[in-house]
Amino acid sequence: MLSCKQASRLVSQSLERKLSYRDRFALFLHLTVCDACTLFSRQIKLLRQAVQRIGRNVEQDANTVLSDEARKRIADKLGSSPGHLL
Amino acid sequence: MVNSAQHDWLTEHGDYLYRFALARLRDPHQAEDAVQETLLAAIQNQTFEGKSAPRTWLTGILKHKIIDSMRRQMREQPLEHDGDFLPDEPGTDEFFADDGGDHWNEKPQNWGEPQGLLEQKQFLIILQQCMDRLPPKLASLFLMREVHESDNEEICKELDISSTNAWVMLYRARMGLRKCLELHWMGR
Repeated sequence: MLSCKQASRLVSQSLERKLSYRDRFALFLHLTVCDACTLFSRQIKLLRQAVQRIGRNVEQDANTVLSDEARKRIADKLGSSPGHLL
Repeated sequence: MVNSAQHDWLTEHGDYLYRFALARLRDPHQAEDAVQETLLAAIQNQTFEGKSAPRTWLTGILKHKIIDSMRRQMREQPLEHDGDFLPDEPGTDEFFADDGGDHWNEKPQNWGEPQGLLEQKQFLIILQQCMDRLPPKLASLFLMREVHESDNEEICKELDISSTNAWVMLYRARMGLRKCLELHWMGR
């Protein structure tokens, strides 16, 4: 029987790779009897969804723009790029 | 003198590229640098063949620049010299009782339905604050995985770390974030 520590690691790894049959079976057995690790599993899947949501919100926020200074810095840099001599 | 087409890239796509980079790097300066490097590379290489929309092409370049930026950040403190994140380091045990069974010290709480939670602005704000509290390297790796959606193989190749090391770091990032949320969001 897996300990909660081992089970929580496998839960996290299951988001990164396909677990071996043996690990999957051991984890399945553990989760059927362990509320705590089941909740942990739900939490970290939710974390994934939540950081992706934050990322999408940033991408779609029309108020987030390059500042005038940043735009000027980039324009200056592009202006001095040797590419323009081509 | 900047020719008009190149100038248009900054004007037309600058903000879009900036937001794309900011969502992945979180730091405004790094995001600005990534946009600058992208446009510079675009101008210097001139490989745009008009087969795809300029924005799609520029975003493709930006993705590489974002990875470069993450790699630099990780390199500033090489992992090999960073005992904090090695497997079986005592830090992870703060979450488990050392009673042989390794049970949770504090049982994870029920956060409720994902749909409801993801619509709560306050939850997302506190999650961002929790990410700020993670060691920067863990936060970068976590974002690279979850938002940039690099797969494990790509992460390990780009950052020159082992799979095991990546798993341990992602595990630690997740443990840290959920603990922080339980303290500052559930525990309000």
